[in-house]
Amino acid sequence: MEYGPAPEEHGYVLEWLAAHKFGFKLFINGEWVAPRVKAEPIVSYNPATGETLALIARASPGDVDAAVAAAKAAFPDWSARSGHARARCLYALARLVQKNSRFLAVLETLDNGKPIRETRDIDIPLVARHFYHHAGWAQLRDEEFPDHEPLGVVGQIIPWNFPLLMLAWKIAPAIAAGNCVVLKPAEFTSLSALYFAELCREAGVPPGVVNIITGEGDTGEALVRHPDVAKIAFTGSTEVGRLIRRATAGSGKKVSLELGGKSPFIIFEDADLDGAVEGLIDAIWFNQGQVCCAGSRLLVEESVAESIYDRIRRRLSAFRVGDPLDKAVDMGAVVDPVQRARIDQLVKCSKSEGGIVWTPDIAMPGRGCFYPPTLITGVGTGNVAMREEIFGPVLTAMSFRTLKEAVELANNTTYGLAATIWTENVNRALEAASQMKAGVVWINMTNGFDAACGFGGYRESGFGREGGREGFIDYLKLRREWGAASIAGKVAPSGAIAPVEGVDESPKNYIGGKQKRPDGGRTRPVFDHRGALAGRVGLGNRKDVRDAVEAAFKAEDWSRASGHARAQILYFIAENLSKRALEFADRLCTLAGGTKAGARAQVELSISRLFSYAAWADKYDGLAHSPPQRNIVMAVNEPIGVMGVICPDAPPLLSFVSLWAPALAMGNRVVVVPSETCPLIATDFYQVLETSDLPGGVLNIVTGERDALTKTLAEHDQVDAIWYHGDASGSRKVEEASATNLKQTWVNDGRARDWRAARTGEGREFLRRATQVKNIWLPYGD
Amino acid sequence: MSERDLKNTNVTAIAPRASTRPPAHGAEDLRNPGVPLELDWIDEIRVNRSAAERRIDSLAGRRTVKKDWQAAWLLKAISLMDLTTLAGDDTEGRVRRLCAKARQPVRTDLLDALGARDLDVKAAAVCVYHAFVRTAVDALEGSGVEIAAVSTGFPAGHSPFETRLAEIGASVAAGATEIDIVVSRRHVLKADWRALYDEVAAFRKACGPAHLKAIIATGELGSIGKVGKASMTAMMAGADFIKTSTGMESVNATLPVSLIMMRMIREYHARTGFKIGFKPAGGIAEAKTALAYLILLKEELGADWMTPKLFRFGASRLLGDIERQLEHHATGRYSAANRHPMG
Repeated sequence: MEYGPAPEEHGYVLEWLAAHKFGFKLFINGEWVAPRVKAEPIVSYNPATGETLALIARASPGDVDAAVAAAKAAFPDWSARSGHARARCLYALARLVQKNSRFLAVLETLDNGKPIRETRDIDIPLVARHFYHHAGWAQLRDEEFPDHEPLGVVGQIIPWNFPLLMLAWKIAPAIAAGNCVVLKPAEFTSLSALYFAELCREAGVPPGVVNIITGEGDTGEALVRHPDVAKIAFTGSTEVGRLIRRATAGSGKKVSLELGGKSPFIIFEDADLDGAVEGLIDAIWFNQGQVCCAGSRLLVEESVAESIYDRIRRRLSAFRVGDPLDKAVDMGAVVDPVQRARIDQLVKCSKSEGGIVWTPDIAMPGRGCFYPPTLITGVGTGNVAMREEIFGPVLTAMSFRTLKEAVELANNTTYGLAATIWTENVNRALEAASQMKAGVVWINMTNGFDAACGFGGYRESGFGREGGREGFIDYLKLRREWGAASIAGKVAPSGAIAPVEGVDESPKNYIGGKQKRPDGGRTRPVFDHRGALAGRVGLGNRKDVRDAVEAAFKAEDWSRASGHARAQILYFIAENLSKRALEFADRLCTLAGGTKAGARAQVELSISRLFSYAAWADKYDGLAHSPPQRNIVMAVNEPIGVMGVICPDAPPLLSFVSLWAPALAMGNRVVVVPSETCPLIATDFYQVLETSDLPGGVLNIVTGERDALTKTLAEHDQVDAIWYHGDASGSRKVEEASATNLKQTWVNDGRARDWRAARTGEGREFLRRATQVKNIWLPYGD
Repeated sequence: MSERDLKNTNVTAIAPRASTRPPAHGAEDLRNPGVPLELDWIDEIRVNRSAAERRIDSLAGRRTVKKDWQAAWLLKAISLMDLTTLAGDDTEGRVRRLCAKARQPVRTDLLDALGARDLDVKAAAVCVYHAFVRTAVDALEGSGVEIAAVSTGFPAGHSPFETRLAEIGASVAAGATEIDIVVSRRHVLKADWRALYDEVAAFRKACGPAHLKAIIATGELGSIGKVGKASMTAMMAGADFIKTSTGMESVNATLPVSLIMMRMIREYHARTGFKIGFKPAGGIAEAKTALAYLILLKEELGADWMTPKLFRFGASRLLGDIERQLEHHATGRYSAANRHPMG
């Protein structure tokens, strides 16, 4: 009994292409516009057959200018509309996607090569769901995000693996928040975006709010570098993500990056093994494995490893690869011969490194761009197929012995997008989930997506989230967050010497809970506000930063401590600072000048701030989502890890406390570079810390030249995030250097912040920046 | 009556007649004698309901059969059917009518239009209460259609154990070739696998040459994991078939539960080499539902299982819908129930 052909009808989609004469222009300001520079169009073809579908325009830098200008012109009106008015537009888009769902599914399959089952049952329903969900955020924005405003023009660049879904993930939150967008689809798969442009007109989206420009990398680059773009949202390779991070450094643009992954898929011996194998089918043999969060690294408990491999082989032997328009195939075509060649090359490379490559004996299509489902076993952790993102239907497997080892292997990667865990033991599941360094964790399921649940990575899988509250806020900013004034200039040394009262002091660095002499054995003079020499602090160097980061890395217990426990320490620090309030106020007066009352106020405000973050430590809770599937999705706010914090010069005590306290409250371990001009306040603080039960390594302080220390921190691969308060050039350098390991950055771009006002000096924005959201999916039912 | 040219139909090629299959041979085709109770096999069973449901949802989009293939699969479905009547108002006349339908389930002109006369399509069995076994034996003589009896205090299974054993003996003596037994749900609910094993083993012994189909009553077990464990126990005790439901529970056959039972059959086969049959029953009334079961069967157990020896539909209304779909295939028009002989 065989299956026979079951082709999906597609003639009506070809008729639409014919109505466009098989060629498309650019969608700018609500009109179809020919590119300004005549250039060879991009050929869009069906990867399953090699047949040409249409010709796609190439947008030149001038076209990018026009699109950005249209978006900029549309912004004042669009952002000033009521949330309800925007909600109506998004609702109409959701409805139109549903009304055209089969058309869109067929078009997407023709253009991309993925099976009609996936576009029809997964991609397009999720697109509609995304617009519905964000119609809701448009409606509720003002109530749920008071004191926030949209950014302006957002440039968005999306990949070819989920063309319309990625468009929805980008456009829906952006326009719901009140931004206007210029979106560039991938050159392989622009057609569904162009059809969507037509739907925008029908939905009554005002001209200029959504602009779709097609082209290749150079078009994207022009968009990334455009000065009128306030934010770049990118989904694609880690390599291009790094380029974008560098290209936008110092520009003040917000950046969110959804990048690559090499996501672990862990099967414990007490899992539903057949269920887990089906999970693998959804993980790595979904969309031909061309999925950034694909579970491509199988880690299986040794006692069931062979059984799992056997089950995979049996399952894949019934796999059907073929015409993606056929309603009875499991896998369609790879997007392009270039991609297929890359997959093949990586598999060959894995084989040459000792990998045992297996593919099932199944019928493969005679023409078109197809690659068989592949299992690689017999590899070590160094094998290329264990480390590199293949972006194809290739699973690489190895075994583990214990949960601890599974976690170590899972996290032994530069990426951190997703992880999957299979076990029927809820204790084991949640223990492993809590230890995954990944933005999404699926338990007993995989590749689940929903508009209400944030999606995005840890580490070099990027930053920023899409979907949910955490994704929406990435398209907003706090009103009047920064002051226009730049950092105050430095005081010139006067040649005077302020006499030391009492016994001479030798301030050192504070590393691993101990005062450590600077590695270079050098100090630097510190001058008071009148320019008199007030003392000397250690001149920290690269090695001091290295040691401080090492100490912070080792203090990981802090990240696992309860919010209550962290709060106790912060309160204790506040208590001990309070005991010495007069001493600190005097010191502030002496060093930084100002009135006694002002200095007292700064100390009292610092104590209050410590109280604020002690208060927050057990209150900045996550959310529990209920997506349409029978699931509970726990959105957990996790610490980022090791953070570098570079303080502004003033106010020396308040800004110092205001920056590390939220980081510590959320469970991060921190290396602080205190005020360059007034570091003695920070070195005085050592004794407060030492009497407050703060575990060694949680807070490390290195004094010295701000930009030299910052450089080492920004380049350090063990540092996960960096907050920088210095000048514009330093901000740019931090963002540039951060590209290597894609650490999260928060820089002031040379602007000042009002540290005294609660609105800008403390609160949720600091906590948000000190955390990353992990969404843990837990389906239930017995 | 066919308005379509069916000369090129490949229905026959797709659905070869049962008798043309190669003769069964080899250890794998021996009847399951059962094995000693292995509690470890039961302890190791892990079933995740959400994962099972996802597999079923996903499969619905991954496989389908259309046109000639669909017709061929529907004819195959008829050949896998236990035509069933289990009602309080059953009479000899009613049973005879059902038997006639089992012999000749599809109008001959329709078979001709489909080019499928050669397939000799008939139902696999007729399934009745003990009281009608004799009637069915007479009515089906020489047809090759099996006679199945529901014995053992069907449907609740609460009559005295000796009575249930005697009922099996009586049905076999009356000519039943298959016995659909109900297990004591209380043994499953109390996780008393030994008691369940002993019960099914005793029934199996009482069956003698007749094949035993163990009804697990999946809708009354409270957990999908228990379905797996009860299935495995019944197979160890010597069941020839495992069956989902009596048709009398509030929830009868479902695809996720069937998936788990099929996986248990695969597991048992891998451990012992014996192939156990599967029978979903209750609530399967539409042709497209039947196709979904057959697709699941092919995917999970392979085409080897698509034979009356290893798969049955327990159904009373299903055939009517299949006949209408077949006529639609032959004529291109949607059919009506009154155009097909009642069973």
